[in-house]
Amino acid sequence: MFRNHILVCGGTGCSSGKSGLIFQALEKRLKDEKLDEDVKVIYTGCFGLCASGPVVVVYPEGAFYEHVKVEDVDEIVSEHIIKGRIVDRLLYKDPTHQDDIPKSLNETQFYKKQKRVALRNCGLIDPENIDEYIAFDGYQALGKVLEEYSPQDVIDVLKASGLRGRGGGGFPTGLKWQFAKDAVGDIKYVCCNADEGDPGAFMDRSILEGDPHAAIEAMIIAGYAVGAKQGYVYVRAEYPIAVNRLNIAIEQAKEYGLLGSNIMGSGIEFNLDVRLGAGAFVCGEETALMTSIEGNRGEPRVRPPFPAHKGLFGKPTVLNNVETYANIPQILLHGAEWFSSMGTEKSKGTKVFALGGKITNTGLVEIPMGTTLRTIVEEIGGGVPNGKKFKAAQTGGPSGGCIPPEHLDVPIDYDNLIAIGSMMGSGGLIVMDEDNCMVDIAKFFLDFTQEESCGKCVPCRVGTKRLLEYLEKITEGKATLKDLEDMEELSYYIKDSALCGLGQTAPNPVLSTLKYFRDEYVAHVVDKKCPAGVCKALLEYFITDKCTGCTLCARKCPTNAITGAVKQKHIIDQSKCIKCGVCQDVCRFDAVIKQ
Amino acid sequence: MKTLAELKAIRDRMQAQINTRESVDPASDIRVVVGMATCGIAAGARPVLSAFIDEVSRRNLTNVKVTQAGCLGMCKLEPMVEVFVPGQEKVTYIYVTEDAARQIVSEHIVNGNPVMKYVVGNE
Repeated sequence: MFRNHILVCGGTGCSSGKSGLIFQALEKRLKDEKLDEDVKVIYTGCFGLCASGPVVVVYPEGAFYEHVKVEDVDEIVSEHIIKGRIVDRLLYKDPTHQDDIPKSLNETQFYKKQKRVALRNCGLIDPENIDEYIAFDGYQALGKVLEEYSPQDVIDVLKASGLRGRGGGGFPTGLKWQFAKDAVGDIKYVCCNADEGDPGAFMDRSILEGDPHAAIEAMIIAGYAVGAKQGYVYVRAEYPIAVNRLNIAIEQAKEYGLLGSNIMGSGIEFNLDVRLGAGAFVCGEETALMTSIEGNRGEPRVRPPFPAHKGLFGKPTVLNNVETYANIPQILLHGAEWFSSMGTEKSKGTKVFALGGKITNTGLVEIPMGTTLRTIVEEIGGGVPNGKKFKAAQTGGPSGGCIPPEHLDVPIDYDNLIAIGSMMGSGGLIVMDEDNCMVDIAKFFLDFTQEESCGKCVPCRVGTKRLLEYLEKITEGKATLKDLEDMEELSYYIKDSALCGLGQTAPNPVLSTLKYFRDEYVAHVVDKKCPAGVCKALLEYFITDKCTGCTLCARKCPTNAITGAVKQKHIIDQSKCIKCGVCQDVCRFDAVIKQ
Repeated sequence: MKTLAELKAIRDRMQAQINTRESVDPASDIRVVVGMATCGIAAGARPVLSAFIDEVSRRNLTNVKVTQAGCLGMCKLEPMVEVFVPGQEKVTYIYVTEDAARQIVSEHIVNGNPVMKYVVGNE
């Protein structure tokens, strides 16, 4: 029995901040103090507040320490563990409420408004220990299903719960399973999409890292419900921690008889294998993903037939993403009504978002559907840092769009986001402030989709390339208003004619920024100016009268574009200037400005 | 694993261990606070703390949280322990030993009768 539990975050964010060394240092120091029998150290999954990482939480006090360094370990052990005095210096400080220091994490603004269903075990259990998952009701849903439910009962509960696919499309999960169950065929498959490719999205990775058994349990249940004996998790090789913990979890589940030929003595058979993806964005598209599992080049194919009828190896297949699966054991344990009591009329339950960009609390949040963007950005996210103004939020990754400030109060669900020209997507949420150029953002995403286009269909392969060229022209100040019109028209062509979901949504970043920030495009085209000061070709650096003639900028300029005598105002030769900004960075007198 | 009963057995065994990982709920949890400053530790608070934890987990008392505090201010009376039962006044114990700790759990926390001979003011 342990008197203290020390939880060290082992998510990707914190572990790249050396939380692994903190974990080892804690274990060593506790052993030296002969406290290793009294105090347990647990290396968990992501807590969500990645901006404060590395994060360490000490129970039973629930003291929430942020930005912990290896050097802080001695103080935590000598003060908190040995003497029972919480180390105030390291406690989490709420960026929005500087004065009151919350001692436990549930008191923070960041966690207060959240409702954690899919993430419930992340940052709470040791993901490499199946017993801890079981302690928090793990595999109870599977036990209940095998003892009390027929396969149809399982699907009926899911249908009644209103759960929709969390990967982006939002298709009702119960219906998808029903199609696969009703499909004729002796061999069926269950697949899990963990090929999270959107820039800035890390929801599925964090669930696999923090609670891999939740996805495994749900996949076994899916196998039982649709009559499949084999499952595959398709996870990208760039997620080494997630892959490692998933493999450990699968081994443990096998040892416990939760995977294999006779699950919990029921005679039901289900096996699970991991397939690694090489990081192609298109392999997150369901038909391409299955083609890749089959061992072929990851390219999408025409739907229908849908995977539920003709999926992996041409057999009926259930394919859901990690977050969808993570909800399912909870729904079966607590009932459809419990789940559908959360959320909006057509979007039930919660959604995980990866908060990134110009936001104070970068990290992972889970909120009930119907929460407004304002709540996420201003209350949970702690607002835009450095006193800057919120300009837009980008949801749905390269397939989504930008949401301007006037829509901050729209309740977030699948349908509302589509109505305002964006989409739920898998859950990346990137916040932008006044320093972001919207044309540049659109260019960033098109650069991505153009690079990641698999090349199978012309609208995507050629169309995204042409779109990118238009955007480059605009950011270089060489475009005309006619180009804007042509670009918009081309966007609609691509939407209507591309083969798969990725191509059809690729123009969304262009269309939504054109819709809400057209004036910024016009400023680039007509005035040849970038209002946010991002597009280099449209900027000029000047030296103002504040210049004291210290010659520092002239000495640092890599192209020798700055001339001027000592103690006299310097001048930048615009024909030589490459707009690298070094002069502005080094100037001690704020004399260099860009326009 | 063959049955749901086996699964539940693992859960029950593990739950006693993870109970620590829930923040204290002041409305329903009984709190046992052991003074663990230098004075308390020197007077033998550490085995007292362990005795409390052991006794609480042996009896599977999930609503009891054993925590530590710094110096309670009366160093000569250490080891000191405070017991907070929701809705009641706190009880402060002094000169607590391992045996006293087990007695406090069984008589005060389980049966609701403070162990008067260790309560401050009765020495």
